[in-house]
Amino acid sequence: MNKMEKALHELGEMDDLAAQDSPIHRLSPLAKLLSTILYIVVVVSFHKYDLSGMAVMLLFPVLLFQISGIPVRTCFYKLRIVLPLVMAVGLFNPFYDRAPLLTIGSVPVSGGVVSMLSLMLKGLLCLMASFLLIATTPIDSLCAALRKLHLPAMLVTLLLLTYRYVGVMTEELAVMTDAYHLCAPGQKGIHVSAWGSFLGQLLLRSMDRAQELYNSMQLRGYHGHFHYAPGRPFGPQDALYTIGCAAAFLLLRFVNAAELLGRLVVR
Amino acid sequence: MIEFQHVSFSYEKGRSVIEDLSFRIERGESVGLIGANGAGKSTVMKLLLGLLSGEGKILVDGIEVNKASLPAVRRRLGFVLQNSDNQMFMPTVYEDMIFAPLNYGLSREEAERRVDDVLERLGLQELKYRHNHRISGGEKRMAAIATILAMEPEVILMDEPSAALDPYNRRIVINTICGLSQTKLITSHDLDMILDTCERVILLDRGRIVADGPADEILRNRELLEAHRMELPFCLAGR
Ligand SMILES: Nc1ncnc2c1ncn2[C@@H]1O[C@H](COP(=O)(O)OP(=O)(O)O)[C@@H](O)[C@H]1O
Ligand SMILES: [Mg+2]
Repeated sequence: MNKMEKALHELGEMDDLAAQDSPIHRLSPLAKLLSTILYIVVVVSFHKYDLSGMAVMLLFPVLLFQISGIPVRTCFYKLRIVLPLVMAVGLFNPFYDRAPLLTIGSVPVSGGVVSMLSLMLKGLLCLMASFLLIATTPIDSLCAALRKLHLPAMLVTLLLLTYRYVGVMTEELAVMTDAYHLCAPGQKGIHVSAWGSFLGQLLLRSMDRAQELYNSMQLRGYHGHFHYAPGRPFGPQDALYTIGCAAAFLLLRFVNAAELLGRLVVR
Repeated sequence: MIEFQHVSFSYEKGRSVIEDLSFRIERGESVGLIGANGAGKSTVMKLLLGLLSGEGKILVDGIEVNKASLPAVRRRLGFVLQNSDNQMFMPTVYEDMIFAPLNYGLSREEAERRVDDVLERLGLQELKYRHNHRISGGEKRMAAIATILAMEPEVILMDEPSAALDPYNRRIVINTICGLSQTKLITSHDLDMILDTCERVILLDRGRIVADGPADEILRNRELLEAHRMELPFCLAGR
């Protein structure tokens, strides 16, 4: 297997993860979607200096990992490419915001450092929550849930097709890199001089295949309207889950649990 | 059932790929469309499906193929693509099979019943919930055929159904094709397979029909085949 095939295999693995069974997998996609959206909104709304308040929000993904049986390792492995990018966002904060905010022992810590850490944590939490949603919900049930929230059909179809086409493109890339390496043995990567034609070829080939795929959909009666598998219906346990999550998030947002706990211990 | 009347087509101006093609296929016939690489076999399929449009007239079940009639025409035609990877795009075989019936307005229960019927008929029940990226090439080809059968088309079109299969899977596919009662149009340069599955053969070379007749006759005609860059079927080569 070359790198690309591995990537493709990983994409398939996401489907596999979503097809497993656990109390979380059994929830209605709508319940999971709503709670994830709310979670992200709440996490993002934390003040940039409120590191301790936000840290408690880690509880949600940790619990989900536990209950769904999705290994944390898998999550970090799959996110290894985007995670650093998201985390890099706050990297310059320490240079802008140098006013000391607190001291640990006798070392002053500037506001910039705290806000950098909190931005990183925000990114991490949101990514983990999104990953958990995708890892426990088949993509087309997720699309069905998005439709239920009245997202435009066009947009949802686009999402689904992108998810599928990424696979097609990686496959073409795999074949082409293999072909290239057979002609240029011992060379690492692809030489700069070949990038242009390589990219052009890749685009053409992916487009050809995407066209074929689209043709095959049309030939089977597709006219722009997907019949998503509805997934599990929204039942009482889903309502309970959604309301429970919402209550917990709001509580954690407006009551600083870490501080509360700290005070209890000190007292 | 299918009729081509003086059909011509070219991808680029001045280089015609299909030239003045006329033939008729009756209901229930199984016809092999043979020819060397680049003879225009796939193009004929695409014209018939309305994926390409050229000059002349194409009729399916008496309906002329044009933009307005496409849904009605395509409803009658089931096309098994040459590359099954481009056909199976949903996560599981089941979801791919249910795709067309749902588009044609069946309820999920009816569609699922149909899927189960087809899988049972082909002895593929085991594939139902398998992931498309986890099944072998042979299984994928069979799944692609099952997907098309779930549409219950009147005509089955297959582009090189035995390509890239090992002998064992090729044999399974051939047996399956022989068991289908629909009108069939099959392109291939695997003449042994055509001999097994078709009673009539149309030989294409550079976009023209050079022979049309019983499979037994044409596939035994060494001079004819060799004149058009083909070889006798292995089983008739008399070695
Ligand atoms: N998209 C295309 N654009 C230009 N030429 C094409 C295209 N597809 C096929 N052709 C040309 O049309 C001819 C017939 O192709 P095709 O119908 O695929 O042949 P076959 O299926 O018999 O191998 C070939 O010469 C091929 O090069
Ligand atoms: Mg072809």
